Amino acid sequence: MSLLRRLLGTPEGAVGTVILCLLVLAALLAPVLFPADPLSIVGPALVPPFTDPSLPLGTDRLGRDVLAGLMHGAGTSLAVGIAAAAMAMIAGSLVGTLAGLAGGLVDEALMRVVDAFQIVPSFLLALAFVSVTGASLPVVITAIALGAWTGPARLARAEVLSIRERDYVAAARVLGMRPLEIAFREVLPNALPPVMALSSVIVAISVLTEAALSFLGLGDPNIVTWGSMIAQGRNVLRSAPFLSILPGIALMLTVLGVYLFSEGLADALARRRSRA
Amino acid sequence: MRRALLLLKRRAISSIPVLLIVIVGTFLLLEAAPGDAVDAYLLSIGGGDAALVASLRASYGLDQSTLARLWLYLTALAHFDLGWSVTFGRPIVDLILERLPNTLWLMGSALALSFSLGSILGVVAGARPGSATDRFLSIGSLALYAVPSFWLGLVLSVVFSVQLRWFPIAGIETIASGKHGIDRALDIARHLVLPVSALGFIYLALFLRMMRSGMAEAWRQDYALAARAKGLGRPRIVIRHIARNALLPLVTMLGLQAASMLGGSVVIESVFAIPGFGRLAQEAVAGRDAPLLIGIIVTSAVLVILVNLLVDITYALLDPRVGAAEAAA
Amino acid sequence: MSMQLATLRDLSVLYRSGSTTRPALASVNLDIVAGERLAIIGESGSGKSTLALALAGLLPDNAERTGQIAWPGLGRPPVPGGDIGFVFQDPGSSLNPVLRIGEQIAEVARRHLGLGWRAAHGRALELLARVRIPQPKAALAAYAHELSGGQRQRVAIASAIAAGPRLLIADEPTSALDMVVQAEIVALLDELVRADGMTLLFITHDIALASGFADRLAVFSDARLVEAGTSAEVLARPQNAYTRHLIGSHIDLATPPLIAGATQ
Repeated sequence: MSLLRRLLGTPEGAVGTVILCLLVLAALLAPVLFPADPLSIVGPALVPPFTDPSLPLGTDRLGRDVLAGLMHGAGTSLAVGIAAAAMAMIAGSLVGTLAGLAGGLVDEALMRVVDAFQIVPSFLLALAFVSVTGASLPVVITAIALGAWTGPARLARAEVLSIRERDYVAAARVLGMRPLEIAFREVLPNALPPVMALSSVIVAISVLTEAALSFLGLGDPNIVTWGSMIAQGRNVLRSAPFLSILPGIALMLTVLGVYLFSEGLADALARRRSRA
Repeated sequence: MRRALLLLKRRAISSIPVLLIVIVGTFLLLEAAPGDAVDAYLLSIGGGDAALVASLRASYGLDQSTLARLWLYLTALAHFDLGWSVTFGRPIVDLILERLPNTLWLMGSALALSFSLGSILGVVAGARPGSATDRFLSIGSLALYAVPSFWLGLVLSVVFSVQLRWFPIAGIETIASGKHGIDRALDIARHLVLPVSALGFIYLALFLRMMRSGMAEAWRQDYALAARAKGLGRPRIVIRHIARNALLPLVTMLGLQAASMLGGSVVIESVFAIPGFGRLAQEAVAGRDAPLLIGIIVTSAVLVILVNLLVDITYALLDPRVGAAEAAA
Repeated sequence: MSMQLATLRDLSVLYRSGSTTRPALASVNLDIVAGERLAIIGESGSGKSTLALALAGLLPDNAERTGQIAWPGLGRPPVPGGDIGFVFQDPGSSLNPVLRIGEQIAEVARRHLGLGWRAAHGRALELLARVRIPQPKAALAAYAHELSGGQRQRVAIASAIAAGPRLLIADEPTSALDMVVQAEIVALLDELVRADGMTLLFITHDIALASGFADRLAVFSDARLVEAGTSAEVLARPQNAYTRHLIGSHIDLATPPLIAGATQ
């Protein structure tokens, strides 16, 4: 509770929290306010924004409601960002913990695989993965996670290596706990918090990567995303630039909200630690 | 210099197994793709009989087992042969060598822009932590950091190409302009201004923020207090003592971002229709050209390794502590 | 009565962090006599380092200073680096890791003596020889991590005296070093201030070390100056309970100078 108050006490934390709350609200209200498929045609094409009260942000070149698209897109962006980040964090933590605990050849081999993933541009990897498996939401999420799990893996391994040497782990070993028991009861819970600190950056990067993929036409074609809205607006960029600009602003606000929130959270956590 | 060379040798050797993992991994991933280049080719020519299919498969070696083909691929690769692109009907090495320079120009300029401008603004912000300039630059860079580069590219082209007509809207140079030498260079530079800005601004924000926090960290060190105790002038303290130390993590970041920048250029090249490496990747995906895609990924991994070797040398030259133990041994 | 280099009147320093404040120095009155070797003694947190920072004008931004520091011996405000040389506790962190030793000494001479880089490096070479760095010429081009702890502190001393300051402040200059090196550094400081007629402010938690060569002792506890006087006086007839405790915990057979001073 006091952490939340301290989070809202920093300007970054307050603004970030407000932006993220608004986004979640938009995502939750989208199916209520716009129960129809946002890809369905609701009016004449290319209605400019703020001219028709029933279509506040106008329509695109096929006559689809821009506001409905934006609100449904918020859900997609958040869902993909969070799911991909969660997948990357879990996979990374598991691999990193395993490497750190096993040591020796296993560690060496796993870390070379991590290196390999790091020298391949993650966007190219995502591109290749989606093109092999076909564009659908789970595939896009996996493709993004493929390029994001190495950071958590490295960090988890480093944490495990340092925790392994600490007294309470040695004590657990003396008490006769089995290695796996030590790993899950003593090491993992202590290694996770620093790794969790990476999560917001990964969410932000995932949101941006998803947008770039769907901008290139590699997103799920049956779901409205901000990236695909930008791509479709691109065809009428000269006459109706707002079609590309609005979803871009939404995208930027989302990422900014995530960054501000994480900065505020880091501040709040640092102050709690300094007081303790 | 001796330290740097020793380091270089060690790093180069250790990247060989990593590169091998990349090659095998990519090969197996694309192997899993439904359909192959022959299917794609047949689709484009409107189908063919079974005998044609079989002979095509045999001519590309597609009728053999996965392992046999992996072995073939690796031995060919050892002779710098990346295979044949069905989509383009040309050797993949030629295609990559033709497209790579455009991407290298784009990436190199974007890196140079973002690194130099970012570190200079970072010094300005970090010279007096907490000042109004610092706050402004910090918040501004955070906002810039959140902008999707492809969208920034679109906005820049709407404003500067469509509205103001200052810069060309697409391409790498004016087609069939007949320009040579300096004129041609200027023409390419004009085409690169917007894409470089779109790709570079995000990294500019990143470098600015790193430089700033590195300087804030350096101000807390004893050597900063010692420099003040010596009564040195403000510029000398800020640049020679503080910024010089804060620059080190930036150089490391440069290497870490090389891969992400190469990925970013795929999208930027699509926005500005630049016939580069990234655009080639997109064309490979569209044409289901697996060998081409493998070639692109392997080349980009080699590129990232090379950039990182360069970064390692630079770092060793900038930080006398690096590799000192090995050199002494 | 000898000439005063600096006089501190009612000097107080507060550190502010958030809404809390912490006094680091409370109403300190102290004279620093030109040419003397004055030892400031206290435990960590006693305010002794704050005193050194206040004198050198190096207090951090969150510090609030009240009271006066006057410089009758200079007749003007002191120039940091030029009039006051400062030697820090840990030369491993007070020397810049990425700059050559020569530059770190020469920059002081260049700034305050108006020398060009070439002449300033010449001065740095002389100084390195003076603080007895072996192979001073090679040391000019060396980096801090290539030297031993004792050598680093010698370099730090060379850069502190590069502009010929009137006052040399040494803040726990030996506590990061081992015993043998400690004695060498103290002997070097003693020799340098004698030769150049500098005033030395030697800050330490070690009363035995200080009393070995200081003319006067000033004892700090809990942000206050609790006792000041000549070394012999303070050791023989400590007025303050805290000083007695400090001396009591240090007098043993391993510190003969203390006993010799105490029985005079």
